[in-house]
Amino acid sequence: MTELSSKHLLGIKDITADDIQLIFETADNFKEVLNRPIKKVPSLRDITIANIFFENSTRTKLSFELAEKRLSADVINFSSGNSSVKKGETLIDTVNNILSMKVDMVVMRHSSVGAPYFLARNIKANIVNAGDGTHEHPTQALLDAFSIRRKLGDVAGKKVAIIGDILHSRVALSNIFCLQKLGAEVMVCGPITLLPKHIASLGVKVELDVRKALAWCDVANILRIQLERQQIKYFPSLREYTLYYGVNKKMLDALDKEIVIMHPGPINRGVELNSDVADSEHSIILDQVENGVAIRMAVLYLLAGVK
Amino acid sequence: MQKRLVLDQQQIEITLKRFCHQLIENHDDFDNTVLLGLQPRGIVVLDKIVKLLEEISGVKVPSGYLDATFHRDDFRRRDFPLKANETKIDFLVEGKKVVLVDDVLYKGRTVRAAMDAMIAFGRPQKVELMILIDRKYTRDYPIQPDYCGRQVNTLESQYVMVEWKSKGFEQDAIWITEKS
Repeated sequence: MTELSSKHLLGIKDITADDIQLIFETADNFKEVLNRPIKKVPSLRDITIANIFFENSTRTKLSFELAEKRLSADVINFSSGNSSVKKGETLIDTVNNILSMKVDMVVMRHSSVGAPYFLARNIKANIVNAGDGTHEHPTQALLDAFSIRRKLGDVAGKKVAIIGDILHSRVALSNIFCLQKLGAEVMVCGPITLLPKHIASLGVKVELDVRKALAWCDVANILRIQLERQQIKYFPSLREYTLYYGVNKKMLDALDKEIVIMHPGPINRGVELNSDVADSEHSIILDQVENGVAIRMAVLYLLAGVK
Repeated sequence: MQKRLVLDQQQIEITLKRFCHQLIENHDDFDNTVLLGLQPRGIVVLDKIVKLLEEISGVKVPSGYLDATFHRDDFRRRDFPLKANETKIDFLVEGKKVVLVDDVLYKGRTVRAAMDAMIAFGRPQKVELMILIDRKYTRDYPIQPDYCGRQVNTLESQYVMVEWKSKGFEQDAIWITEKS
């Protein structure tokens, strides 16, 4: 297979395991490109990509922009903070205006679930979802699984625990879909208030005790406490959360095996993850960031190749 | 399907040995020369040349695999996209004499893309091209081989099929066949 089954990347739910493998194999080649003295290929030189971010982002936006530039695409950036969205323009009007400037691809982050699906139905460009509300964040899941594959050789058969705020996390949902499609076992772990009610129906194990989760898994993907998405209190205090769910070196030392520690960033150091773990040899957090560029290059390259 | 033999195992062997002697003539002790095989099929020829050169001259010439997929000019213009292959070059080509190695030279577009890809590893002093089979009168770009195994006349409707024993075929052989 040399072509993706879809011209958009809206969510991991909509793509196949073969698509994911193709993205990984292509990303392997782009990783090599990123280590060359000249880290640039001309593949997308006739393509213009709009990065439309209706929600704050640092690393995802930087990572996409770098990936686009490494592929020689022309890039325009838009963030809602200083735009006509503030003046009441609708999403479709905003995007159509951008598209009339002959844009071929749109990378969008939006706080509303399903916003990229709405766009894909209404405009002609390829759409890449860079995060829609609490729904999906497909490129993050791809880079997480890709990082596991590079570290452990394969994703199939591995046990991955996703720990923390599952309820508000689009990373968690995309990761669950992605890891399951690749044959991994997935567990979610967090305070009961931060676990969606019917999460077990996705076929994941549910665990409330972080120590048990760490003892079970080969890889622990620790998620950020998303204070900005929490209008009400889901746990009494950050201090109490850290006491029960914060991962520290002592907990890892108590295990009779080595596990891989991941975090999609940005880390709340000393809350969900201690510095002695985040900066340890167990952690592949910075590899995730590096792999993110290669994965996004692969996604953009492959989507551009779909007729 | 009708097919015509161009080179058999023995002829391929003779050709590869000739290539090695020509390289020795032109590159002395290979102290500033590197060989790059073009993915996907040029790397088989490259591996054979590297092995033979070592047997003949005792020198292990630095070599690598170069994939030009991301540098091609037909991306988004083909019916199906090409799958990228591994690029494996653990040296820079800055100031080096580079010999690009491939099995068949047809339109010249792969070689053009390969030269583009190669520049990402530095500015070479000189670039040469080694080709087992040169399909005459078919070039889209002004690209000619410096080392050529056999020139053949072919039609658009034909295909040059290169079979290697190491890839599961009975013998090393090169055929001209009709495209299926």
